[in-house]
Order: sequence, then structure tokens, then C-alpha cells
Amino acid sequence: MSTLWDRVEPLLWNVEKPARYIGGEDGSISQDKGPGALRWLLAYPDTYEIGLPNQGLQILYGILNERDDAVAERTYAPWSDMESAMRAASIPLFSVETTRPAAEFDVLAFNLSAELTYTNVLNMIDLARIPLRTADRGRDDTVVLAGGHCTYNPEPLADFLDAAVLGDGEEVVTEIHEAIARWRATPDAQRTRRALHVALAQVEGVYVPCLYTPVFASGRLTGYDVDPAAPPIVEKRTIADLAEWPYPRRQLVPLTEVVHDRLNVEVFRGCTRGCRFCQAGMITRPVRERPKEQVLQMVRDGVARTGYDEVSLTSLSTADFSGIEDVVNSLTDPVDGCADLAVSLPSLRVDAFTVATAASIQRVRRTGLTFAPEGGTWRMRRVINKLISDDDLFAAVDAAFSQGWRRMKLYFLIGLPTERDEDVAAIAALAAACVERGRRHQRGASVTVSVGGFVPKPDTPFQWHRMDSPEELQRKVNLLRDAARRHKGVEVRWHDPAASAAEGIASRGDRRIGNVLERVWRAGGTFQEWSERFELARWTDALAAEGLDLESTALRAHDRDEVLAWGHLSAGLHADFLWGDYEASLAAEGVEDCRWTPCYDCGACTTYGIEHVVASPAPPAGGSQGTGQGLDLAGPVGVALGATRR
Amino acid sequence: MSALVLPDRLRLRYEKLGRVRFTSQRDLARVMERAMRRCALPLRKSAGFSPRPLVSFGLALPTGCASHAEYLDLRLDAEAQEPGAVVVATGDHDPAALAALCERLSDALPLGVAVTAAAALDGTEDSLQEAVTSCDWELEVLGVSPAEMAGRLERLLGAQAVTVARERKGRTVTDDIRPNLRSLAVSAHPVREIDGLGEVVRLLAELSVRPRGVRPSELCGALGDDVTLVGACRTSQWIESEDRSVRAEPLSISGTIAAGRPVSAEARGG
Repeated sequence: MSTLWDRVEPLLWNVEKPARYIGGEDGSISQDKGPGALRWLLAYPDTYEIGLPNQGLQILYGILNERDDAVAERTYAPWSDMESAMRAASIPLFSVETTRPAAEFDVLAFNLSAELTYTNVLNMIDLARIPLRTADRGRDDTVVLAGGHCTYNPEPLADFLDAAVLGDGEEVVTEIHEAIARWRATPDAQRTRRALHVALAQVEGVYVPCLYTPVFASGRLTGYDVDPAAPPIVEKRTIADLAEWPYPRRQLVPLTEVVHDRLNVEVFRGCTRGCRFCQAGMITRPVRERPKEQVLQMVRDGVARTGYDEVSLTSLSTADFSGIEDVVNSLTDPVDGCADLAVSLPSLRVDAFTVATAASIQRVRRTGLTFAPEGGTWRMRRVINKLISDDDLFAAVDAAFSQGWRRMKLYFLIGLPTERDEDVAAIAALAAACVERGRRHQRGASVTVSVGGFVPKPDTPFQWHRMDSPEELQRKVNLLRDAARRHKGVEVRWHDPAASAAEGIASRGDRRIGNVLERVWRAGGTFQEWSERFELARWTDALAAEGLDLESTALRAHDRDEVLAWGHLSAGLHADFLWGDYEASLAAEGVEDCRWTPCYDCGACTTYGIEHVVASPAPPAGGSQGTGQGLDLAGPVGVALGATRR
Repeated sequence: MSALVLPDRLRLRYEKLGRVRFTSQRDLARVMERAMRRCALPLRKSAGFSPRPLVSFGLALPTGCASHAEYLDLRLDAEAQEPGAVVVATGDHDPAALAALCERLSDALPLGVAVTAAAALDGTEDSLQEAVTSCDWELEVLGVSPAEMAGRLERLLGAQAVTVARERKGRTVTDDIRPNLRSLAVSAHPVREIDGLGEVVRLLAELSVRPRGVRPSELCGALGDDVTLVGACRTSQWIESEDRSVRAEPLSISGTIAAGRPVSAEARGG
């Protein structure tokens, strides 16, 4: 393997943030394990500072590098200035550890966490000088894989991936490694690309798109022609016990500033709050808590090794962790705790109890607090099953402003199923009521409302539902903005509705979107997550050139019996459960959190013979959100019984 | 690890070499702070709403430039010390403790950054930013022959004024950098080739930091559009007496503080 450093170094004088390209992080590993080792290049398709903290890649980096027969290095999308310089100097995509060309690695594995990074995936494969399309790759070309939340519908990227992996990566990465290593050791005559694909398809959780040919009739997907060598349905992988996987053991500490620049310790995986818009909550079930003692150990070891003075206890809803108070108290204890350690809890639950926990850890800098009620009215919140009563929110507001916080940020979605204009306008009124309460405690209290356009995602109860057009989303944004103008102290920010439309194309599309992505990329559409680089016209022009349109690929509703592009890929969820939950939502009926109430058989546990791993059998005190208490508290709300509920 | 007995005011000298020189000054400050926490140094913090450790860095090193002579001053707090790691005490200091501090910090720092000397301060010294008067640089450039370069250096030194354009607060301004040019010479060291790019010429420059510092890239710009900077290393920083008769490093590699008495023995970290 050859290093490109001598040729890369002169470029670094003339690019923004050259530290993106030098590696050298604490925790970085570059070992020479000889020619027999299988070489993995783990890639995040966005800039270094967005990609480096990604915990999924860091977990795989650790697991692979512990093997005697594997080498794992990392790469990120070079920013446009560096890309131009690299192309001008004929320098291909390289690893940050050893500056070796990507094409000299056996495997290029992408983390897919956001759909708008897809065009960067194409750009990076091209920069790596690997044939862009799977069909054009030969026996010795690098194997291109992808994992991460977006792989539950990888169809838009299917033409470019040798395989996509569903679910938790901890166990399956070893099986994939061994399958590729075995294939590589076979005699030349048998070592065909097809043999590789067939071998990968035998690994549970691995989807090999070229073995599934989509069939279209009258412009609609009608099914897949599945190669007999591949399973008709690919099931996701789930690790039963997070305690067996204390990774990353050595979190990377970057030399330059990145997002989430702190120690991150995952306290649990999965979430069964059951928010119907939330793909992450549906595909990562069940809840698997890390033992409290292990969390404390990982924090203490991590702080001592890294020198970080902040730790984030990560999960989809950290306030729901059974041992949260104990963990926080232990870490901030003046005698036995970690000196000057700031503890942050992402995804706060909306109630006074949670604010009290936040207050106990943010003793110094109380600048802003963020909550996500998501819907402006109680009816809307029942539809999406985010069961926060107005009283809960107000209690949280009182607690926060009375305890020293001065600003509050509230997240909402617009474009939700059954949404009416009054639900949108109610967001402004709700924020104004929060300001009014806040000013009883703080004269300068203010609330920032941040709204995003709802994209109905695969494997959620809303997967069949229509998505609002960008024009309709913009109309609602304007309506909200106008409604908020009347209220002092309420500021409204919004995500570009045009970007939501493109996200809809990439997350709901079928295999025909592959050509669309290639056109967007060739027209210069990289870094589509960056608003200054995004233009919807690139996407709609590309759709038109392929004889497609936004309405049919992203916006339209799907029938119950229609073949969905992702229908052959399973997160374990029964279609009956999802449909039943969808019907319940349209009737504005909530559903309880099954971690503390009897199982309603969504399929995530029963399909794979696993269970929740939760230390406390009782829901946390003090709040209504999804615990069942809220259903009584805030008026008559029926509790839905899904079609296959026990 | 046994407890180190350290003074409450310290000056450190460190080097920044290799790939890590592409980090910014701000990046390095964060890296340094994390290393200090890993070594359990009880840093004194500022008062106020959001306390910050009292660590003050000297002249900023431009991103991409290497250095053998970077400095920072820091203060320790006896009340913040944790049992077992570091004891903060006044009075005479054990040179071995300062050497051990250099070693521990260097172990906690990334490859290419090493603390090469440490010494106690008595609190009467000027801040690094105020005290340093000039820096020695070793520059590597491409584009012209050594003989041609020598001629251009002579012309610069013979000029009345050398103007460069700079961005300041979003506006382009012209500055005369002639007063900053103390000495310029082509190094006698053998030159190297870069594949496909040609012969590297090495320049030695002493640049004053008053009234405003000059970046190596600005000096290169003044040498002509055909000159490309490919490497830069700060080899010394100097504190000069007002009459320019005596000069010394802020902290010599043997652990001597410029403006005062020698207070520490040689200390070299890995």
C-alpha cells in the first residue's frame, strides 16, 4: 500500500480547515497486519467535523481493529475546495490515518445517517476511482457497503452498493468480514463478483440489491424478482444485550473542533415511546439499557483517557434511562464524582421532573434548554403519539425559567397527517403562552420555535401517508410566522421546505431514484445537507430527465396493499401493527409505552426472540409523556388496540 | 505516578512538528487543555459566569507552520489540586519535577507536539504577547533558483518600503512590512527536490513582530508571484532589550527564563 501524503501535503496550505485531512486523533489506529489482513475503509459521507463523532463508525472501527486479520481506517467527504485540488492533482480519495488510496482497501463501508448525503456517497465512490455502479465492478474492485438508519430503504442507492446492512452492526460486521475473507481466499476461477454477492446474501441482515430486480408496471413498482440465492425478506440484526458491547472502548478525540466534541456514552439503544413520525424509534426496538455500573465505568475511563470535561449520555430519550438520577448524582458528586465534569442529556423529556435533573447537572451555564413537543395542539400530539399535555409543557417551562434558564427552544413538525391550519397557528400560541409564563420568572424570557417539514419515513405507521408539497409546507411556515409576529419574545425558525422535498425523494423513492441521484451529483449537487449548497431545481430537473416527478416519487400516499420499495426489508415490525397504529393515529388515539406496559406485539421482539432490557419495571415519575398517565390526565382519549395486539 | 511538586506560575516551551501543524492555534489550545486535564494539573480558573483556565498562549502560529519555539504561561491553583497527582507549592522547585511535567504532558499530547522545557515564573514577567520582539523563521519555497532568490532578498532589504495587501476586518489594507525585515538570507543547507514540482530553496528570516507581525506567506508574496511557500518553521522567538543590545528566548531549551534568573534545570519531553 502506498501513502499519498507527499502529494496531499502541498494542497493543505490552500484549503479551508486542513486539519480535516491529517488524522492523528487520540484513539486513531494504524497498524500493519500484513498482506493477509482484510482492509476496511470506514466512510462518513459528509465533512470530517460532522462525520468524526459518528458513534456507529467508531464502534465498528474498534471491533474490526481488535481482529488480527483486519485493518480499519477512516475517510470523510473532502470539502469542495479540497475536492477540486485533489481532482486537479489527480489524487484519489484517501484514508486519514495513512493517506492511502481508497481503492487499495478491500471494503469501503459508508454510514448512512441522513438521506441528503447520498450524492456525497456517489462522489466519494467516484473520487475513490471505484466503478460507480455495482454492475461495472470487477472481481478485484473494492466492495462497497452501507449501514446505518437509512438502509431500511436503500433502494435509491441500490445501483451503487454491493450490499446494505440492516440494524445493529456489532455482530454482523464480524460475519461480513469473515464472508469476504473466505471469498477472497477462494481460487481465481470461483472468486467472481457474483460469488461475493451470493456469499454476502447468506449473512443475516445483509441485503444485496443486485440479487433483487424491481419489477415495474404502468410506472408503479409491482414487486421484486428475487434471485434464488437470496432470501425473499431480509431481516435486521439486533444485539440482545448492550452490556456485551462497551464500544467505542477508545473514543476518537479529534485535533480540530467537531460537532458533539465531548465524550459520548450510549446509555441505551432503542425507544418505545412510539412517536409515529420517528423512524429511529421504530427501527431500533426494543429498548436495551446499559447497566448503570457500566455507564459509570465508561464515563470515568473515558474522561481520564481523553481529558474531555463534558460527557453526553446518549440515547433516543435519555431521561427515560432507569438509572438516570443515580448516574447523574454519582458523576456530579463533589467527593466521588468527576471534577468539573459537565453532563449533558440530549433529547429531554418534557416535564418538570426532567428539568430538575437538568438543573442538577447544568449548575453553571444555564443558557438554553430544548424541548420537542412536535405538535401544536393536544389533538395533533395524540395523532403522532407524542403524549405531552399542555400542563406538562407549562410545568417544564415554569421549572426551567424559575431555575435560571433564560431561553428555550421548542421543536415542532409541520405537514403532519390530519394537520389543519389551526394546529399550525397553535404552535405560535403555545410558544407565546410559554413566554408569558417565563416572564413571571425572568423579564427577558424568550422562546425560539424551530419547525421542520414532516417526511413520512419507511417502517413507521406514517409510511403510507401523503407528504406535503414544498409549496404547502411553505404556506404553513408563512402562516406560523405571521401568527408569531403578534407575540413578543417568540422567534420562529424553519427548515427549508425544498430540502424536505428532496429528503422525501431520497427516503421514499424506489430504485429509479438511482439515476436521479447520479444526475444531481453530476450537476454539482454535493453536500445537499448544507443549505448554501442545496437547490431543489437540481432534483426536479433530474426527476424530469428520468420521466419522473416529485408527486409520484416522494409526495403521494400509498395504498395498504401496494408494494413498497422497502417492503422486502424488515425491521421486524408487523405490517398489521404499523397499519393498525396508522389507523389509530387518524382517530387521534394514543398508545402506551410497551417497556412498562404489556406487549402489543409490534414484532420487534417476537420476530427475533428478544426482549426489552430495562432495569426499572416502573415508568419514571412526574410526567405524562407516553407513560399512560397522560391518557387519563388530559381528557378522554381511547387507547388504540393494534390489529395484532394481544 | 508520584505527586509532582510544582510552582503556581509556569512557562512551558513546546514544539509543533509534522502533520499536526495543520491544526489551528485555537485547535492546539483545546488539545493542550485536554492534555493538562489528563495530567490532572489543577489549573487556576478565571472568575465569573463561565470560568476559563488561566492559560495564556504566546504569538499565534499560522496554521500549516511548524515550530521549535512555542510558549505558553499557565497558573495552577493549590485549592484545586486532587490528592496524588500534583502538589502546588511556592519556594524553590525541583528541576526533576519540571522535567517530569514535560514528559507527562508530552505523553498526553498528539504526535508532533512535545513540551521541551518548563520553568517557574515569579509573576513579574511581561506577558508573552507583549514581551516577544522578533522571530526567526526557516521557509521553504519553490519557483526560483537559489541565486535568483538571493538577489530578490537583497532588493527587498535595499527597498525603502515593501508593501503587502492584507485583509483586516473584511477590508483590504496595504501595509509596509519593510520595518519588520531584520535579516533575510538563503540557507547554505542542501536543498531538496519535490517530485514534479522542482527544487526547494530554504530561506532564513528574522522578522520583527512590531508593529504588526508578518506571516511567512506575506513575505513570500513580497518575493514575487512565482514564489510558492511549501514549508515554514519558526525556529526561535526573541525578547530584546529596548536598546537592542541583549536578547534572550522567553524560555530557553535549557529552562532559563528570559527576563530573570535561571530557575530550572534542563527538561526535555518525548
